[in-house]
Amino acid sequence: MTPGYKTSILRSPRQALLSPRNTLSEITGPVFNGKDLGAKDNDLILNFAKAGLPIGERLIVHGYVRDEFGNPVSGALVEVWQANAGGRYRHKNDQYLAPIDPNFGGCGRMLTDHNGYYVFRTIKPGPYPWANSANAWRPAHIHMSLSADGWAQRLITQLYFEGDPLIERCPIAATIPSIDQVRSLIAHEDPSNDVPFDARTYRFDVTLRGRRATFFENTIPGASR
Amino acid sequence: MNVAHQFAAQSLATRFPETPSQTGGPYVHIGLAPQQAGFEIFEKNFDNNLVSNDTVGERITIEGRVIDGSGSPVRDALLEIWQANAAGKYSHHLDPQDKSVDPSFAGWGRTGADFESGVFEFQTIKPGPVEHNGDRVQAPHICFVIFARGINIGLHTRLYFDDETELNAADPILSGIELHTRRSTLIANRRSENGTTFYTFDIRLQDTPDGGAETVFFDI
Repeated sequence: MTPGYKTSILRSPRQALLSPRNTLSEITGPVFNGKDLGAKDNDLILNFAKAGLPIGERLIVHGYVRDEFGNPVSGALVEVWQANAGGRYRHKNDQYLAPIDPNFGGCGRMLTDHNGYYVFRTIKPGPYPWANSANAWRPAHIHMSLSADGWAQRLITQLYFEGDPLIERCPIAATIPSIDQVRSLIAHEDPSNDVPFDARTYRFDVTLRGRRATFFENTIPGASR
Repeated sequence: MNVAHQFAAQSLATRFPETPSQTGGPYVHIGLAPQQAGFEIFEKNFDNNLVSNDTVGERITIEGRVIDGSGSPVRDALLEIWQANAAGKYSHHLDPQDKSVDPSFAGWGRTGADFESGVFEFQTIKPGPVEHNGDRVQAPHICFVIFARGINIGLHTRLYFDDETELNAADPILSGIELHTRRSTLIANRRSENGTTFYTFDIRLQDTPDGGAETVFFDI
């Protein structure tokens, strides 16, 4: 529970989480296939464009997904969602007065390649106000979901942008206990990969849980020593 | 590779910190269930129906609600499930059990709770028992993860079935819950209606004013 983020008060368990040892149920997980995805699924600039292009800063976001031992995580499903350039979400429950962009949907998805690499193209999201306190604003952010090799690696997080002054005032970013961990959610400007007269680029790497090694005993059925 | 080499190689490896979790937020549907958010964007959408005509096994419908500490349904929750097939085999390369994969059953599904009622539903099959570490057997179960506004890190739990009394009693995870009065929070209740088998599974994030007990959650 993190009371500064008010919704967490009634939605956080009061009991401690239990920690049984992993079984086959936790080390396996869903497998996703390229044929589930469409050609423009990772291009948020074009995947909802109707009569023209969406308005806003054109961005490329790219990076690597690795496990905690540094091994690339290939074939992971990366799903992203975000507000438009004005901070408005295309969601029936969002009533913020900034307008919907008719050419921007705000979601995309992709699989990491054999190096754990992903890339997508989008419009930079705007900050938006929310009712946590009388004057609370989220920093610009992109939500990111990762489904990798094992169920125990399932992760949802948020990507922030280098230099945004709202990050340090955000009660959601502040639910993370260490400043180094908060910094690991900040995508960095990557000007050497900008596309001149087209798009700027940000780099964002993700680290997932690694498979715990079993050195001296091996009780997962069938796994080799 | 022998044990000594493996030990040396892995114990000297640099460990990088895991990327921290953040809440999925109230608009999690935009990315994970865009049709529920109110728009069409992908040709193929992930959903809560895990079965096709060819899937082997007993058809079941799982229904329930996620309930907060005031007793109110969490109407913006997003849930995913992961389960073995009817033979108790996961459709995954790391499952070494000598059982056959069902090519028409991937074992994964996703849904949002209904924005009005807070009810969620999955169409699936009842899974078979899965081997546990060593020579024990896990009772049939379905892994759940819950994301929502106000939940900073996805909550993991398991659904077990109330008509599997013997296997449940021997299940290493259930029987490992020290406070045995909490075990019943993981057991779904079976009922039949118009030829459909339902299991009801309500997930309580905290004890509720009506006397409902907080569901057991796992750090997996």
